Amino acid sequence: MTTPVLQAEGLTKTWGGVRAVDGVSFALAPGEMLALIGPNGAGKSTLFNLLNGQVRADAGRVRLAGDDVTGLPPRKLWRRGVGRTFQITATFASLSVAENVRLALLSHHRRVFSFLRPSGDLFAEEAKELLDRVGMAAQLQKACGVLAYGDLKRVELAMALANRPRLLLMDEPTAGMAPEARQALMAQTAAIAQAEKIAVLFTEHDMDVVFGHAARVMVLDRGRLIAEGAPEAVRADPRVRESYLGKQG
Amino acid sequence: MAFDWQGLVVQGLNGLASASSLFLVASGLTVIFGVSRIVNFAHGSLYMLGAYLAWTLTAHGPFAELGGFWGFWGAILSAALTVAALGALVEMLVLRRLYQAPELFQLLATFALVLIVQDVALLLWGPDDKFGPRAPLLRGATEIFGARFPLYELFLIAVGPVVLGLLWLLLHRSRFGILLRAATHDREMVAALGVDQKRLFTGVFALGAGLAGLGGALQIPREAVTLHMDMAVIVEAFVVVVIGGLGSLGGAALAALIIGELHAFGILVFPRITLVLVFLVMAVVLVLRPQGLLGRGAATAPVAAPAPPLPGPMPGPLRWAAIAAAVALVGVAPFLGDYPLILLADFSVLVLFAASLHLIMGPGGMASFGHAAYFGAGAYAAALLFKHLAAPMEVGLIAAPFAAGLVGLLFGWFCVRLSGVYAAMLTLAFAQIAWSISFQWVEVTGGDNGILGVWPSGWARGRLVFFYLSLALSAAGVLLLRRIIRAPFGLALRAQRDSPLRAEAIGLDGFLLRWIAFAVSAALAGLAGALFAYGKGSVFPSFLGIPRSVDALLMVLLGGVQTLTGPIVGAIAYAGLQEQLARLTDCWRLVLGVVILALVLFFPRGLAGAFRRRDA
Amino acid sequence: MLHGVGRRGLMAGVAVAALARPAVSRAQGGPIRIGEINSYTAQPAFLGPYRNGWLLAQEQVNAAGGIDGRPLETVFRDDAGKPEDAVRLAGELVNAEGVALLAGGYLSNVGLALGDFARQNKKLYAASEPLTDALVWSRGNRYTFRLRPSTYMQAAMLVEEAAKLPAMRWATVAPNYEYGQSAVKWFRELLAKKRPDATFVGEQFPALGRIDAGATVQALERLRPEGIFNVTFGTDLLNFVRQGNTRGLFEGRTVASMLSGEPEYLEPLGEECPDGWIVTGYPRDDLNNETHVKLRDAYRQKFGELPRCGSIVGYDNVQAIAAMLRKARSTETEAMVEAFRGIRFPTGYGTGEVTFRAADHQSTLGAFVGRTKLEGKRGRMVDWRYADGADYLPGEAEVRAWRPQD
Repeated sequence: MTTPVLQAEGLTKTWGGVRAVDGVSFALAPGEMLALIGPNGAGKSTLFNLLNGQVRADAGRVRLAGDDVTGLPPRKLWRRGVGRTFQITATFASLSVAENVRLALLSHHRRVFSFLRPSGDLFAEEAKELLDRVGMAAQLQKACGVLAYGDLKRVELAMALANRPRLLLMDEPTAGMAPEARQALMAQTAAIAQAEKIAVLFTEHDMDVVFGHAARVMVLDRGRLIAEGAPEAVRADPRVRESYLGKQG
Repeated sequence: MAFDWQGLVVQGLNGLASASSLFLVASGLTVIFGVSRIVNFAHGSLYMLGAYLAWTLTAHGPFAELGGFWGFWGAILSAALTVAALGALVEMLVLRRLYQAPELFQLLATFALVLIVQDVALLLWGPDDKFGPRAPLLRGATEIFGARFPLYELFLIAVGPVVLGLLWLLLHRSRFGILLRAATHDREMVAALGVDQKRLFTGVFALGAGLAGLGGALQIPREAVTLHMDMAVIVEAFVVVVIGGLGSLGGAALAALIIGELHAFGILVFPRITLVLVFLVMAVVLVLRPQGLLGRGAATAPVAAPAPPLPGPMPGPLRWAAIAAAVALVGVAPFLGDYPLILLADFSVLVLFAASLHLIMGPGGMASFGHAAYFGAGAYAAALLFKHLAAPMEVGLIAAPFAAGLVGLLFGWFCVRLSGVYAAMLTLAFAQIAWSISFQWVEVTGGDNGILGVWPSGWARGRLVFFYLSLALSAAGVLLLRRIIRAPFGLALRAQRDSPLRAEAIGLDGFLLRWIAFAVSAALAGLAGALFAYGKGSVFPSFLGIPRSVDALLMVLLGGVQTLTGPIVGAIAYAGLQEQLARLTDCWRLVLGVVILALVLFFPRGLAGAFRRRDA
Repeated sequence: MLHGVGRRGLMAGVAVAALARPAVSRAQGGPIRIGEINSYTAQPAFLGPYRNGWLLAQEQVNAAGGIDGRPLETVFRDDAGKPEDAVRLAGELVNAEGVALLAGGYLSNVGLALGDFARQNKKLYAASEPLTDALVWSRGNRYTFRLRPSTYMQAAMLVEEAAKLPAMRWATVAPNYEYGQSAVKWFRELLAKKRPDATFVGEQFPALGRIDAGATVQALERLRPEGIFNVTFGTDLLNFVRQGNTRGLFEGRTVASMLSGEPEYLEPLGEECPDGWIVTGYPRDDLNNETHVKLRDAYRQKFGELPRCGSIVGYDNVQAIAAMLRKARSTETEAMVEAFRGIRFPTGYGTGEVTFRAADHQSTLGAFVGRTKLEGKRGRMVDWRYADGADYLPGEAEVRAWRPQD
């Protein structure tokens, strides 16, 4: 059996007496697309931040390809092959699309602390390739500050792929996008993930996206995992229906 | 001496009286900042106007004729109200046009007001210090533990809590106050609620100005009214506001209390500590609690507006014009007189100084109110090497950037962890600590008399050669900065400014980037400082004083933080204006203030931005 | 307002200087230009009257035919209290304005910076106000001359009086910078020589212009001194005195105070003026010798106000420079330096002639020592006498050892 890319063991986090995440354990295999769903306030964001290093866990461990990475800051996780996209896109507004991606490449290749060499053409080709894959090659020179929201999501994806990740953590990857665009972006993501054997963990509100692209679904409610399995099985789970899907009508 | 607890209690009361006065000024400042995010440099000027107006109103006009209790208090309150009205006027005429400008840009406008008020006060009230009348019924003193304690100080001790209470009522029990608190918390939300923001902001500014005016007016029975009151109070008020936590009234009260008491007791133990005490306290507080004592973190920290895309490259003709000007300068220099050469050498140095600050303010995204510390560190490194080791200029010029860079590494390690105004104020605190070392360690630094005789080596002593040397080193420094900004490091530096979250997520260490940038910036400021020292032949604590830090800040802001052209244009414009005006008129501060104000209103993106196109 | 007249006068002087700018004339018969640098915007209260006194003297010298027919002309510059600006302006005045010599300086560090500039550039610098002893002693040089009685001299004058009094336990209060520190140092040293039994029980060093007067007065009160040596001046003095009066700090105590008898500091005190302080100063209203009365009247007529101590300093500095120029018969620096050493000129105080000592380039201009007294709503100096500076200077051999050899 292969080592899971990501493994959570009994992750727990308490905010002011409330257990936002309560003993969550799961594993993610290479190339697998796993969706994390749950009602608002279920603890999805907290769990996500425990996994990406932004928040320190009260208890439990996170393993990346078998190594204990609990408590490592996000930038160190990136070095170990974790790429991220954010619920509200985070790109560098004053930099051009190409520069955004090139910077991610520079960081990956540890060329950031170079003080005198003009950065102009470093990794220009690689950046173009990555942007081509997400359909942004036509807008290389535009500043991110002036891009449309959907395009920013694509730039983020290209940046997340710059370190040849084995794991992508995507927080609400399609939030704020039009329905067709959502499907297209996730289809792109799925294709890349499959081609490069990248495991993907994503949270999502849009059930069409979840059931259309996830190989497996986890359901979080009040900090606990209440169901996990293939999309159909989860959809049929009565507890899930009661806590979550029921409310969605 | 027997343990004299009664004496200590009385000393504690002295501290309370100072704390109370300080709180009045600081409360206005913090209210204004909380809502409008304006760093109001002119707050001290409003305080001073309050005092002068109160002095005039108690001596002339209807209140003076009325006399007695009502005459006095009528004058005090009228002075405060007049200052409040002035504040509203300033907000409507000037600041309102600048809310969309980049962060800290309003600082330029308020600084221009400081200059204007200084000269207007001199013209209206003359240069002599004024003594106001004592307050009716509160003239004398009462006996407390065998020591005579002025009644007016007791009254002041009561005023602080009363004003705090009234402000609390205003904020929690009135519609204006509730809106004001909401705006402090979330400006956009209040706008969305359909509140007339303009009126709210004008009202807030009037309130803050009125508090400053009241603070000043209430001083007249206790302190002389002088032309230096503005600067004396503004720095201390800022310290109080920052220690307390920006926008927090309770914090301001607590911080005023701490500073007031520390002053009162500090002088018993270390009589010479008053120069640096408040800054030591601020440094400690900010290192331990980066949001101030009662600051509420993200909600009160200034939200950095997203940086606009970089302007496009300099238009061809303009670029050629700039290059042609530089070449012409080098070619014409031998035919200039000595004084133009001295000036040009000075300008070269100031350009490098401003450009070094630009690295951390523009690409780095951090403001520094204490950049003179590194300018001074370089200057003192050169001067101390000369004084103690008789090192020649060549050695000094090489050592200075290293020394300043080391100081930058030391101070920067603390400063770059903080954000926004907090970080800027911590740089100020360190700069003041450095200043007080240069001032008080007389055996080594010569104290305020400085170190003399730091002249260039023989070959560089001629004005022309020294100008070429200054120009060459400054140009080298600026070109180095330009390369750094365009290198991967510069890209990463801008990236961590734009989005710390994303920078971290692609493996960039924001702290390390800012720290290195801070040290590089400090090193180049140090080179500028050393050149300046050799140009003047001497080094003084004023090299690292607040005015020099402010100068650097103004040059960068005036030129624009967007590109490296900004500080270059800004430095030349600012220094050139000041030099010309000071020779033409005694009222150069007034004229300079008006000019800066006009520039700010017409070129809100800085002078350099005015010459460039925006990239699409 | 009174100072308005004064200001217009000042501006006129500047305007004359500005108009004459392009014509840098060194020709015989053209004006002799003096470059004057001072902290006009930083210290307006002291320096406005100073410039008035200067202009009055210049007018009188020129009315009397100038220097061998050449009028004096002064170019004024404001250093805003920054020594580095003063050095830049010195360069401007020497190189662009073609002045024959430099003068001015109020703050000690500005004076020292200008002195070093003079040494480096071999230009004469006639320092007016800076009090620091270093200017003529530890950092003295061939090209720098100082008019005003120094910190040491003023402290020595006060010690002489203080030593006669019974007070034994002394406390000091002084602004925290070189002037304040030196004054305290000299007072302690010189008093210890005259009264070995005197003790110093504590000191306060408030930041210049930032005194926390209530706390400072209270801190001094706790020490229960018999005598207080005060060096604060200007705003600090006003605040210190008001708090001290209210809290009874000065009752039953001897106070010796530097410069407090000068009108610039005494007048703003108004009815807060304390009684019986031993001060150095300038009893303008009661100094009724012929020379001074004439000067006082001329000044009042020209500027609509009475002269202050700064006015006399400005006036005397022009007189000294004029006397030097008459003797030198040249505007060549070395000739002027030689002429300046040992030059004698009459002071506007009307107390006789003053000389610049050849040994250390310090003038023997003195000051008045007396006591303060509140009369009606204003304070004045009483029981005063003129203390000749020559009597309060260390011997020439002694100071020669302190000066760098040049």
